[in-house]
Amino acid sequence: MSASAGPSGGAGPSGGAGPSGGAGPSGVRARVLVRPKEGILDPQGQAVERALPALGFTGVSGVRVGRLIELEIADPAVLPEICERLLANPLIEDYEIEPANPVAPTQPA
Amino acid sequence: MRLGVVRFPGSCDDGDALRAAAIVGDAEVLWHGDRDLRGVDGVIVPGGFSYGDYLRVGAIARFAPIMGEVERFARDGGLVLGICNGFQVLCEAGLLPGALLPNEGLRFVCRQVELDVVETSTAFTCDCPAGERLSIPVKHTTGRYFAPEAQLDELEARGGVLLRYAPGHNPNGAARSIAGVCNEAGNVFGLMPHPEHAVDPLTGSTDGLCLFASMRKVAGAVLAA
Repeated sequence: MSASAGPSGGAGPSGGAGPSGGAGPSGVRARVLVRPKEGILDPQGQAVERALPALGFTGVSGVRVGRLIELEIADPAVLPEICERLLANPLIEDYEIEPANPVAPTQPA
Repeated sequence: MRLGVVRFPGSCDDGDALRAAAIVGDAEVLWHGDRDLRGVDGVIVPGGFSYGDYLRVGAIARFAPIMGEVERFARDGGLVLGICNGFQVLCEAGLLPGALLPNEGLRFVCRQVELDVVETSTAFTCDCPAGERLSIPVKHTTGRYFAPEAQLDELEARGGVLLRYAPGHNPNGAARSIAGVCNEAGNVFGLMPHPEHAVDPLTGSTDGLCLFASMRKVAGAVLAA
């Protein structure tokens, strides 16, 4: 099945904009989103969805609970393989690699 | 016959697995960090929470040094039994089809369940009484067997489903009430219920014994040959 992969190796700053241009000495910072595959029952998501009306939040549906993995990596080209072999189980989970930002140089104190 | 029981950090049913194995033969511990199966005739990957179940159940354990040897042993036709967390590890390792997902009801379930033995001609069930149900406990949070529909069809067609929860006993929402599956070659078997907790009348049932006795029969026959 098609894992919605795709190492968007571009320089799309997501969230905090890292210094564009020269990559930091220790590679890039990346985020991997892992979520249950579509069609797979997600009882955690259901439990969250059922809890919301009790708090007065109505009109929320399709809640899915996954996980976020943050890492710094010297060679982002190997990220898809890392995802396939360890971070996600492609049989039950989709993963998405967020655009990588160069690791910011250590902030002076 | 000598059975080896793998011990990972976080294994907790290795003691009972050793005890069950010792009823049908000799038993010894296989340390997760070793790359040596010590010449055992069969391997048991026991229940527990290997490596804290971090990331995903079984995901880290499958890369333990001992697992390379277990995979080689399995590919050479050796008998490998995975119980609960061991089943999850074998699925992650690709030795068994499918995956285990969180229970439909999200709760940890710990209770005695009734199991139908679907196939009684395999290395793991040949000593089980045909047509009789087994009463064996389950205790898990992540035991809902899953595989894509086409794979489930294929699995059933080749007789890969060895155990099913009896009607009304599916504790986790497992697809097609599947409790235990074997690989295509029939030498690797994983199940969520705990046969090693059902080998002594003290704990209410000895129905789990027939699975270990089956392994002895088959491994013993290989040894005698």
